[in-house]
Amino acid sequence: MTELSIAHRAPLVDISALTKSYGRRQVLKGIDLTIARHAVTAIIGPNGAGKTTLNKALLGLVHPDGGSILFDGEDTRGAIAHRARIGYMPQAARFPENFSARDVLTLLADLRGGERVRDESLVEALALAAFLDQPIRVLSGGQRQRLNAAAAFLFSPDLLLLDEPTAGLDPVASGVLKDKIRSVRDAGRAIVITSHVLSELQELADTIVFLHEGRVRWSGPLDALLRTTHAASLERAIAQLMLDEAAHADVATRTSAGVIA
Amino acid sequence: MSAVIGTVLRNEWRTLRHNRVVLVFGAAMFLITEVVLRLTGSGPRALISLLNLVLLVVPLVTLTFGVISWHASREFNELLLAQPVRRRDLFGALYLGLVTPLAAVFALGLVLPLLLHQAISPEMTPLLLATLGSGLALTFVAGGLALLIGVLVDDRLRGVAIALALWLLLTVAYDAVVLLVATTLSDYPLERPMLGLTFLNPVDLGRTLIVMQSDHAALMGYTGAVMHRFLGSLQGSLLALTGLSAWILLPAWAGRRAFERRDF
Repeated sequence: MTELSIAHRAPLVDISALTKSYGRRQVLKGIDLTIARHAVTAIIGPNGAGKTTLNKALLGLVHPDGGSILFDGEDTRGAIAHRARIGYMPQAARFPENFSARDVLTLLADLRGGERVRDESLVEALALAAFLDQPIRVLSGGQRQRLNAAAAFLFSPDLLLLDEPTAGLDPVASGVLKDKIRSVRDAGRAIVITSHVLSELQELADTIVFLHEGRVRWSGPLDALLRTTHAASLERAIAQLMLDEAAHADVATRTSAGVIA
Repeated sequence: MSAVIGTVLRNEWRTLRHNRVVLVFGAAMFLITEVVLRLTGSGPRALISLLNLVLLVVPLVTLTFGVISWHASREFNELLLAQPVRRRDLFGALYLGLVTPLAAVFALGLVLPLLLHQAISPEMTPLLLATLGSGLALTFVAGGLALLIGVLVDDRLRGVAIALALWLLLTVAYDAVVLLVATTLSDYPLERPMLGLTFLNPVDLGRTLIVMQSDHAALMGYTGAVMHRFLGSLQGSLLALTGLSAWILLPAWAGRRAFERRDF
């Protein structure tokens, strides 16, 4: 096996024993996770499971208390260079109201230094040209979200972090974005999506990561999850995992009460 | 200056130069200076009349506007932080992007009417420089404090309330405390402790800087009068400038440190 193919098979991101607390509340309780290239990874979990904190830790917006995040083998602690290889699409980006869409894209390009190849296909496919020079304040929510998506994909990132990517998009734009996600996946990139629309994740995801109370409770291919839970859809499978978690918690509470009694 | 600071600063300027608060602040400074100049008829008198405007309004506008605009751009700043940008560079750019437009409109609003009326004479230059220097320094001090509050306090309303409380403390409550101490302990030699107290308040330092260049020391607060009497003009001005420099550096440094450490 050549070195190149070994590097290609190695995960792009390797997270181990990641912990994070806000005050007394421990949000991440030792996350071990790898994010593969050539794959769409869906991170799913109930509110407060730690999805947002995990995403923000990947971006360097949150300082983990312990553990490590390796990006292409390099420790990300205190580093910034790897962020040039990440495209981030927040759930609802708020751009300066007096900027135009072009200003936003130019600012991001200036900050990134122009080393990456620019991929303007989404700018065209999402028809940004129609409002590229209009101030953000006159754009609709859907137009802002299209800009948000185009900005995330513009610099040909190796890792895309997409938070509720199709929220606010019309069906046509949503379809364009999903096609783009598939095409960059096929080109070898890693995509991480957090979304509450499970039917959409079933359509796109290769790997499912289920977070619950700051821990990875299930991680693996989508079809393996469906087989394990005997479920017909991702929604049913996740519901089954959540019921299992609730039953597990109930048993733990009863056992604990019994011991105390 | 790093490329990141230059890029973000340019964009902050682009945002703020269209901002109504900044434009209204500049226009108000211009109009008030113009009106005071017409009423008093001379540059030095106008500057002394503008003293309280500079000492009260500049910190108020900068503190409240700084906290509000910090929270308004918080989500966009998160997007900027997700780029290959050092936090210290981004904070430096956001700080300069906040204070330099405000400082520019303040300076223009103060100096333009004086230039238009040809009211600047060689005798009043030190007083003009002191007034301008105090206003600019207080903009930088209040800008640093505003960002420090913005970084530390997540809730916007709480942040604005803290900014207003701080402004009241620096401009009103502090003078009351100083006067109370001075009258209560009038039997003791208080001059040196009072000098020390001046350095705890940047607004008082700004006032002292202006007082040193005028003949109105007795009218400009107890500590200003004491400093004028004890240190004389040049030494007092240098001390006040040193104190103001420390006040500019400390909140900005503390804000940057908090910005580097905080979670977004």
